[in-house]
Amino acid sequence: MEEIITSIAQRTLVAGTPLLLGTIGEVICERSGILNLGVEGAMSVGAVTAFIVTFNTQSIWLGVAAALAAGMLFCLLHAAASISFQANQVVSGLALTMLGLGLSGLAGKPYVGRPLAEKMSPLAVPGLSKIPVLGPVFFNQSPFFYLGIGSALAAWFVLRHTSLGIKIRSAGENPTATEAQGVNVNKVRYWCVVAGGAFYGLAGANLSISYSKSWIEGMTAGRGWIVIALTIFALWNPLRAILGAFLFGGIFVLQYLLQPLGISPNFLAMLPYLATLLVLLAGGLRDKRKLNAPAMLAEPYVRGQR
Amino acid sequence: MVRVSVSARGELSAAAAGLNLLGSLAAGMAAISLVFVFYGVDPLEAFGSIFAGSFGSLYGIKETVTKAIPLVLIAAGLALAFRAKFWNIGAESQLLMGAIFSTWVGLNWGPHLPSYVIIPLMFAAAMLGGALWGIIPAVLKYKFAINEVISTLMLNYICAELTTLLVVGPWKGKTKFGFPYTDDLPPQAVLGLLPGSSIHYVTLAVAVTLAVVLGLLVFKTRFGYELRVIGENPNAARYAGIDFLRTTMVVMAISGAAAGLAGAGEIAGVHHHLSYPDAISSGYGYTAIIVAWLAKLNPFYVVVAGFFFAGILVGGDAIQISLGLPAATVNVFNGILLLFLIMGDYFARNRVRLTWIASDKG
Repeated sequence: MEEIITSIAQRTLVAGTPLLLGTIGEVICERSGILNLGVEGAMSVGAVTAFIVTFNTQSIWLGVAAALAAGMLFCLLHAAASISFQANQVVSGLALTMLGLGLSGLAGKPYVGRPLAEKMSPLAVPGLSKIPVLGPVFFNQSPFFYLGIGSALAAWFVLRHTSLGIKIRSAGENPTATEAQGVNVNKVRYWCVVAGGAFYGLAGANLSISYSKSWIEGMTAGRGWIVIALTIFALWNPLRAILGAFLFGGIFVLQYLLQPLGISPNFLAMLPYLATLLVLLAGGLRDKRKLNAPAMLAEPYVRGQR
Repeated sequence: MVRVSVSARGELSAAAAGLNLLGSLAAGMAAISLVFVFYGVDPLEAFGSIFAGSFGSLYGIKETVTKAIPLVLIAAGLALAFRAKFWNIGAESQLLMGAIFSTWVGLNWGPHLPSYVIIPLMFAAAMLGGALWGIIPAVLKYKFAINEVISTLMLNYICAELTTLLVVGPWKGKTKFGFPYTDDLPPQAVLGLLPGSSIHYVTLAVAVTLAVVLGLLVFKTRFGYELRVIGENPNAARYAGIDFLRTTMVVMAISGAAAGLAGAGEIAGVHHHLSYPDAISSGYGYTAIIVAWLAKLNPFYVVVAGFFFAGILVGGDAIQISLGLPAATVNVFNGILLLFLIMGDYFARNRVRLTWIASDKG
């Protein structure tokens, strides 16, 4: 029994990690006032980049670095369209998703059905991983897990307790006043979109070289969209993102647990998407003022205009 | 060095707007060429095969018209929703709901009824299915503050699984030897084709009529005015006492019903049975978003834009075969063209001047 519980908890964290990485990125981006709906595309680009680089260089860490860079470059497109060209952010994000899914399908085609020799191995934390139950669950995880938790804490600290965080949050709340304080709002927003891209790239790498060890078209399977819902669920707070991501990790694991009971696999596959709607429904029933969304989210900022 | 000066400008003349559109498309094509070059494909050859495959032959034109039918239907409905700033990304599953509802009606009632009764019933059922599925996100948005982009997408994933569940499970055809299809529709529930083509002309007529009717609705009625005010100036709409929930529910019922009609057309005119979601739709619900945008959210223009984009889909299929490119290529086209269209809008809104000035740093 203990073994089963350990295994379920361990797999929940594994399944939740890419969601956590993505959500941290989207929180940073949306806090600055830019809505990026291109997460699904950027994650896919990250996944294919990590896979191709790892496959050809045999170096997992080079793959991770390449995915990070690819995510950043890819989201630069969204920054250019939505900040410099003041395009509609919803449509720009959708375009980004289409483009990302397309480019990754194109680039990854020669690699379909050719798995890596080995995927990223778990990293046991010396000492701590020997603790019964807690050890294998929390301290014998993929490096992406520690990276996710560490990034969530760091992002929370920066947004909450540093002057950079104040700049980012005020760019999303009141860009005109922020600009009056001598902050270059568009520059802050550019960096936040690109920083978000780095996390989507990592989330993608997590999927293709750690969660699995092969590239399949469409392997992100809507996780990028779940990330956007989780950002709302997290109330734009990286610490709450941890809670949300692992809650959803649990739902992904639940699919496999329920399968032997004879429930239709297609019905089980609906669960994460149904859960997303339910989570947002629960949020919607709350007092809307407490939702705490950045006030100027998705509003282009035009210098010198009120 | 170059100095860039930007100033806002008023409404563009029709000619200038057209030029702006062509410029955006040309820039988009240039970007697509780059992708081809990286992929080791000669862009001229690729664009040549796309054109030859879609508009370059009578066969190609017929295929293009066939694919334009669902695009025009869906995009006409989306134009309405987007004008009300309701980001309906769920046309893909509204189409599938239409397909599911019309398949059920066709299979169960088809054998006992003549064509002129069963076909309208199937279309009506498809509209009902699409509309019901479309109203859900409207209610979720205005009753529970749930962002419609996410809810419509989640409904897409849910409906795709539901469709698969039906065709591998309870609806699996007894005559299909284990394939994941429903039985074929009875002959009277199948739409006629223009001789020598795959054009199901009834749906084509419905699509063009719908685009015109929705165009009149948007520009010539009080309801159309209300939905535009909600989109363009929500505060004014609130002061004017426009009911957001009610108006959006109607808009989404129309948008969903239009996508549902596309689903009925695909079932009764093309496939004659329900099967895997990818087989039924191949992304029409997403491509139609770009069609609506290219048409400047004007249902009248959707007919032209839909035909143009159907050509890209057909040409995309053609180069997949002739140049060995993967199916994802069409996604690249869609993404790049959409990105360039919205960036091009910036130059329609603003006058951008580049002036060379002698560089005298110091």
